[in-house]
Amino acid sequence: MELTLWTYEGPPHVGTMRIATAMEGVHYVLHAPQGDTYADLLFTMIERRDHRPPVSYTTFQARDLGGDTAEMVKTSVREAYERFKPQVMLVGESCTAELIQDQPGSLAKSMNLPVPVVSLELPAYSKKENWGASETLYHLVRSLLLSKVPPPGTIRPERDPAIRPKANIIGPTALGFRCRDDIQEVIKLLADIGVDVNVIAPMGATPSDLLRIPDADFNICLYPEIALTACKWLERSFKQPIVKTVPIGVGATRDFITEIGEVAGIDVSSALRRSKAETLGSWNAARISSSATPGASRLPWYSRSVDSTYLTGKRVFIFGDATHAIAAARIATEELGFTLVGIGTYSREFARQVRAVAADHGLEAVISDDYLAVEAAVAEAAPELVLGTQMERHIAKRLGIPCAVISTPIHVQDVPARYSPQMGWEGANVIFDDWVHPLMMGLEEHLIGMFREDFEFAEGHMSHLHTAPHQAEPINAEPVAVGASTAAEPNADAKAMGLAPEASLGTSLGTGAETGVSWTVDGIAELKKIPFFVRGKVKRNTEKFASDRGISSITVDTLYEAKAAIGK
Amino acid sequence: MALEPCTKSPTATLPAATATAELPVLRERGQREVFCGLTGIVWLHRKMQDAFFLVVGSRTCAHLVQSAAGVMIFAEPRFGTAILGERDLAGLADANEELERVVEELLVRRPDISTLFLVGSCPSEVIKLDLAKAAEKLNHRHFPKTRVLNYSGSGIETTFTQGEDTCLASMVPVLPEKPPETGETAELLIVGSLADVVEDQFTRLFNKMGIGPVAFFPPRRAANLPRVGKGTKLLVAQPFLSETVRLLMRRGAELLPSPYPFGIEGTTAWLRTAAEAWEIDDAQFEAAIAPSVTRAKLGLDRYRALLSGRKAFLFPDSQLEIPLARFLSRECGMELIEVGTPYIDRKLMDAEIALLPEGTSLSEGQDVEKQLDRCREARPDITVCGLGLANPLEAEGLSTKWSIELVFSPLHGYDQAGDLAELFVRSSERRRRLSV
Ligand code: SF4
Repeated sequence: MELTLWTYEGPPHVGTMRIATAMEGVHYVLHAPQGDTYADLLFTMIERRDHRPPVSYTTFQARDLGGDTAEMVKTSVREAYERFKPQVMLVGESCTAELIQDQPGSLAKSMNLPVPVVSLELPAYSKKENWGASETLYHLVRSLLLSKVPPPGTIRPERDPAIRPKANIIGPTALGFRCRDDIQEVIKLLADIGVDVNVIAPMGATPSDLLRIPDADFNICLYPEIALTACKWLERSFKQPIVKTVPIGVGATRDFITEIGEVAGIDVSSALRRSKAETLGSWNAARISSSATPGASRLPWYSRSVDSTYLTGKRVFIFGDATHAIAAARIATEELGFTLVGIGTYSREFARQVRAVAADHGLEAVISDDYLAVEAAVAEAAPELVLGTQMERHIAKRLGIPCAVISTPIHVQDVPARYSPQMGWEGANVIFDDWVHPLMMGLEEHLIGMFREDFEFAEGHMSHLHTAPHQAEPINAEPVAVGASTAAEPNADAKAMGLAPEASLGTSLGTGAETGVSWTVDGIAELKKIPFFVRGKVKRNTEKFASDRGISSITVDTLYEAKAAIGK
Repeated sequence: MALEPCTKSPTATLPAATATAELPVLRERGQREVFCGLTGIVWLHRKMQDAFFLVVGSRTCAHLVQSAAGVMIFAEPRFGTAILGERDLAGLADANEELERVVEELLVRRPDISTLFLVGSCPSEVIKLDLAKAAEKLNHRHFPKTRVLNYSGSGIETTFTQGEDTCLASMVPVLPEKPPETGETAELLIVGSLADVVEDQFTRLFNKMGIGPVAFFPPRRAANLPRVGKGTKLLVAQPFLSETVRLLMRRGAELLPSPYPFGIEGTTAWLRTAAEAWEIDDAQFEAAIAPSVTRAKLGLDRYRALLSGRKAFLFPDSQLEIPLARFLSRECGMELIEVGTPYIDRKLMDAEIALLPEGTSLSEGQDVEKQLDRCREARPDITVCGLGLANPLEAEGLSTKWSIELVFSPLHGYDQAGDLAELFVRSSERRRRLSV
């Protein structure tokens, strides 16, 4: 038993819903009590889908338990088939149904429906949403393609060099992070190097599309959390190599192109050259009108332009699914010049990879799905920017730190109306804007640093940013995604039972109670002149410095001695 | 249990006017698209600020509460889930110890909790985890600092708002006894959570009429329990509190059956029920409510013209459907196509049903696909439904109103009558404005 306040992932059957909802011609019958129908709103509200997810629930009740809940499964399957006429039926159970052991999958299979039935037994008490999505995709692909697997030892015929290579794009789902737009970017990248798209799955695919998967020369594993299991099976069964680089960021996009060049045996050097050819900083009319798809990103030049100097060494904390966290770490450090001060993931299946990235930066990865542990880690690392999920967005808001969302779980505002991919050249542009915008502009920051006592530079003032974090005030309610708009007294929690103010980074100045050192009046006054977003860290460091040296009272001099000894 | 068909309710307690007995009710038992009782935590934890709600359930349960709350993360929330793992399912003794450990962990971190609710879920009920016994054991250790209560919010036992019923019902046995020396002196107990601002409005009205003392259940602090006994008169503010009312009556309280305080008519009827019990004379009653009624009429008039003659279709969700339908039909002049509700408890609903226009098509339970077919066919001007259905129906050109908003907003009483109507106007008004 595990105490949980907020969860990063839903149960595994929600993962199945993400696959079913992404596809066409699939219907999912879920043996579950009525409350589980809440999951529909994730799709209709957060993604603003104009159709209900293709899911029928048996909604059994207590009074049915003694009776024939198995019969309810059959009725639901029959009615769902008659009404929706899917090409494939998925049948599974939620946590409660798992306990009553009706085996809905076998029941449905015994009904001799005229379409394939894929039975999904996903252990709800040990597994989670992404795993559920991954298993569902794997089982779906496998059940449809098993009969087509060539006998062992069959050699895949070489591609006729006259025919352009074909790729499958595997992994984009409903409720993923920017999948809708990433697909477009990846298609553009492929077109640029002469690769055709064979099947995109699960998003937008029908079961008959899945049957065409073996026609491609290779599979692009776009979101490993969802797609790797299926891609590995396809590799084993159909000898389709896997392209594993996830093209998020400029460097990763170049690597992605390079990897495809190797896997497909094509020359990609001109695409790579083009991505480095120019700054895209020319505003010449002819250049502008011809630069609709420049085959390059503005990120490199924007990052090198002098205005970005202030990004140097910004302390960044990253948390998300493994794919996005790993990609973010590379962009942050190699492409924006930030300093990584923390990284973690809730995807335990990919903990090893995230640990490796952390180790490269001399850090220990936070592998956890306990959001309080993540919050503590963020507070401890005292970053200037948090890149995370919807959860970290709230954590950062409470701590008064700028934040950008880079990964699921998401909210309605993470499904923007505008085109905003994360992948490819445009994805890198979007990332530059989304990550840099929350930060204070370069010269502005200097001015605030130099003239802290200007009365208009209120505490926490962030000039062009309208959402000035303010420690003394609890953070206001978010515009609530699912729309439950008017919960009363949103601040009550923060006041009554929030984190101790000391745990937050901000302005709590008092004395260093835990360390037994105290601050002199002038020491405190000087501390107040330090920008609020690093003040907590400076305070802690200074107190530790003092207590290590047996200094009981911190003066202005102690503060600067500590600064000299510890650095920024 | 209120999930039973209404015909099984004891007819003895029905009020005299049972002209509605023959009212045809369509009973359906297909797929229900309704939240479970865990959802009640979303507003109950705000209402009782010293209480913590610990769901004993699965990741699904945690995900439901979080999704219904719209991930309103302000701070560490006053609810959480003890998620059962495979180890817990293996042996029951183990699960009990685990629960105790989790509670210890929680209470160390949140010493400010005065009442801890262990909330049962489908999984905890199916594996027969005895939360009553667990609560009793925990009370030995933590009472009086923290009182531990338990109730069921499971989807196999409760729908959406029924979670408030089971929660309040769990508090009834620990309400202090009305002292015997007060004899049968009347005391008014308002049952059902109301927005604080609405409570204050009602308190002022009761004071003006000279009705008192008045207490509210649930209280704003769970540690501040109202007393109950002979002489306690129950005025029910929410139409989904069957079990709570039953238990309060067992403790000697008397139910004052009444329509619910939605709209001017409902509020007047509700207040009059109390006034009659207190034998307040008409003049005093009218004088007390007159300013509020005038104001409310002004507020409502603006919207009535926009709603009058329009068609409404209500999907079952919050149990507020019947009182709302009564308001929409009688005070806003709307035509009712279908009024669906998860279940009908005649004892608590007859006073409302009696006010529905003759021939209103009532449905109980649900078969969501068939109901959607009926709704599409009827093309209502406004559809009240859950969040899962709203956007798809909007995309089909139907205006919708989310039932969860009706539960989360202060809508009871005179001063909110206009707001209530406005909620129904807003979506059509939006359609009218938009030309994209
Ligand atoms: S319906 Fe049951 S299993 Fe589902 S969220 Fe509600 S209590 Fe949990």
